[in-house]
Amino acid sequence: MPPPSDNEIVVEDPDAPEDNSPAVTSNRTVEIVVYVLLLALAAVLGYDNYKSGMGWASDGPQSGYLPFHLCLILAGASLWGLGTTFVKRASMTRTFVTRDQLRRVLQVFVPTALFCVLMQWLGLYVASLLLIAGFMRFIGRIAWWKCIVTSVVFAAAMFVTFDVAFDVIMPKGPIEAMFGK
Amino acid sequence: MEALTLLMQGFSVLLTWKILALMLVGLLLGIFVGVLPGLGGPNGVAILLPLTFTMDPTSAIVMLSCIYWGALFGGAITSILFNIPGEAWSVATTFDGYPMAQQGKAAEALTAAFTSSFIGSFFAVVLITFLAPMISSFALRFGPPEFFAVYLLTFCSFVGLGKEDKHKTIISMALGLLLAAVGMDTVSGRLRMTFGFDPLLRGVNFLVAVIGLFGISEILLTMEERLALRGHTARIGLRTVLKVWREMPRYWATLLRSSVIGCWLGITPGGAIAASFMGYNMAKRFSKNPETFGKGRIEGVFAPETAAHASGTSALLPMLALGIPGSGTAAILLGGLMVWGLNPGPLLFVEHKNFVWGLIASMYLGNIVGLVIVLTTVPIFASILRVPFAAVAPMIVVSCAIGAYAIQNAMFDVWLMLGFGVVGYVFKKIGIPLAPFTLALVLGNRSEDAFRLSMIGAAGDLRVFWSNSLVGTITTLAFILLFWPIIGKAFDLAGRMRKPAST
Repeated sequence: MPPPSDNEIVVEDPDAPEDNSPAVTSNRTVEIVVYVLLLALAAVLGYDNYKSGMGWASDGPQSGYLPFHLCLILAGASLWGLGTTFVKRASMTRTFVTRDQLRRVLQVFVPTALFCVLMQWLGLYVASLLLIAGFMRFIGRIAWWKCIVTSVVFAAAMFVTFDVAFDVIMPKGPIEAMFGK
Repeated sequence: MEALTLLMQGFSVLLTWKILALMLVGLLLGIFVGVLPGLGGPNGVAILLPLTFTMDPTSAIVMLSCIYWGALFGGAITSILFNIPGEAWSVATTFDGYPMAQQGKAAEALTAAFTSSFIGSFFAVVLITFLAPMISSFALRFGPPEFFAVYLLTFCSFVGLGKEDKHKTIISMALGLLLAAVGMDTVSGRLRMTFGFDPLLRGVNFLVAVIGLFGISEILLTMEERLALRGHTARIGLRTVLKVWREMPRYWATLLRSSVIGCWLGITPGGAIAASFMGYNMAKRFSKNPETFGKGRIEGVFAPETAAHASGTSALLPMLALGIPGSGTAAILLGGLMVWGLNPGPLLFVEHKNFVWGLIASMYLGNIVGLVIVLTTVPIFASILRVPFAAVAPMIVVSCAIGAYAIQNAMFDVWLMLGFGVVGYVFKKIGIPLAPFTLALVLGNRSEDAFRLSMIGAAGDLRVFWSNSLVGTITTLAFILLFWPIIGKAFDLAGRMRKPAST
């Protein structure tokens, strides 16, 4: 690649997933799992609706009528899907996710899940401070001071926008409590 | 012309400093959202929706729809400068837009894209101004059976006309309708599918699902890709703008064709993505030298952008007139209407005149202001892409969480959002479309109510859906569309039988 000229913007991604990374699983396997899960869901929901009445009263359907039949449709479509995946030859299926890709996806997903857990104890603003600074530092490998400045500015901006300006109240934790919020 | 007087009234509602400021904020946020990878129009609108909860409905819809226009404009910037479509509907813009940027004509390409976007939406807004009141006054005569038939038509056309595998569309739609039914049954008052779990009493909130399905899953998908990028900067001078505008009338046929295609696909559930490709392909087919397309032809930018915007805008027409969204973003705006306590549907034109005409007037004004803003601020927005994704991704996550929590002040919704994020990621990768799911989730309760009200009215007789010529036609059309793939094949077969082995 030629060196960038003045009127170009170049952003590198040194951590990018390799193209030849080994596959973790194929689309076919995932499809089968999804169809089986959908079948299970259809069975559970269908049973619940069966109990609450799936019949046809004199004035039209009972409350479980439509959902029950939707469960039947969902189950039918899932079975059809299962059938087509079995008919399809294994060689025709594509990779669902490679090992490198999965690593990157988990790099976002795990901190996001942790953030949701922390949000309950620490409040949204402190949790988001930790998420943004931590993510930028450990996954983006950005200089510490930039991480801290960015996360503090962002959290403060969110606080001012939502809690102060628009009166949308977010969950708070012990640290906000110290300031009497 | 009654529409024109009402439109003028709409403008008078808009012309306050507060609304104009909100409009500007909305447009800037929208362009920002459109430029960023992993945050599209529907997500942007869904995440920012909580900001509007405390506003009056008119200010709220003006700001939200301006976010939407902004996102439509913003998608073109990254397509042309970086060859990265910020939105799926800008993919076709990269075909000729990026080659133009490589040839040093980035400013021309951007001007062409923005101007044609403007023309496309303007065409669609004019259509909305005159058609929407007509359709809604016609729909005022609708009873529950007619409404159910229209909902059925919408669902069936998704299944019958969608490009995806039929069983996948059906799965997506059935799942959406089922989740819509969770919680209190509005007709009988019974609880359904809550399994004694209290947070489920309120049901699955549509906006929470959207934030998860589009916001969180989009970040997961973006992370899978190589995020390195290389592109051009651009500064648009007045001289370039005037030069492009002088050339423009030569392409009037392309612009008109794309506008018509866009409006048609926007009203029917074809969507902006299909419209942009179709606009591009039609321009290529009608061109005298189609081989020059893809090598940096300005017409190749005009065609898809006009169509995408005409479609994105006209998708609001069925939402306003009938309460049926023509696109994902329109569905979210519809969700917003319900949050603000308005009942979407034809009655809006009667009960909330100021709201509807304010919205329509804001479409005119928003597009003009938007055009000026994008033309002047392109360099700033292009440099947003210098910000590393490692900084952008957690901010999007936090915004999604704020959005999901704020809708009902419930922590459960944040978990639900996370769950929908995973579901959206898996579904997108195995080709289960998400659009039918969102549509079903937002229309589920309304269509069930319409069905059961018509059943109560007709004492449980299904023939009510063929009881007069109007409802009969719509219902029959719905079934024809549902079985269209089979009917189409039958016609093919019959045609081949008639002239055997002639080819």
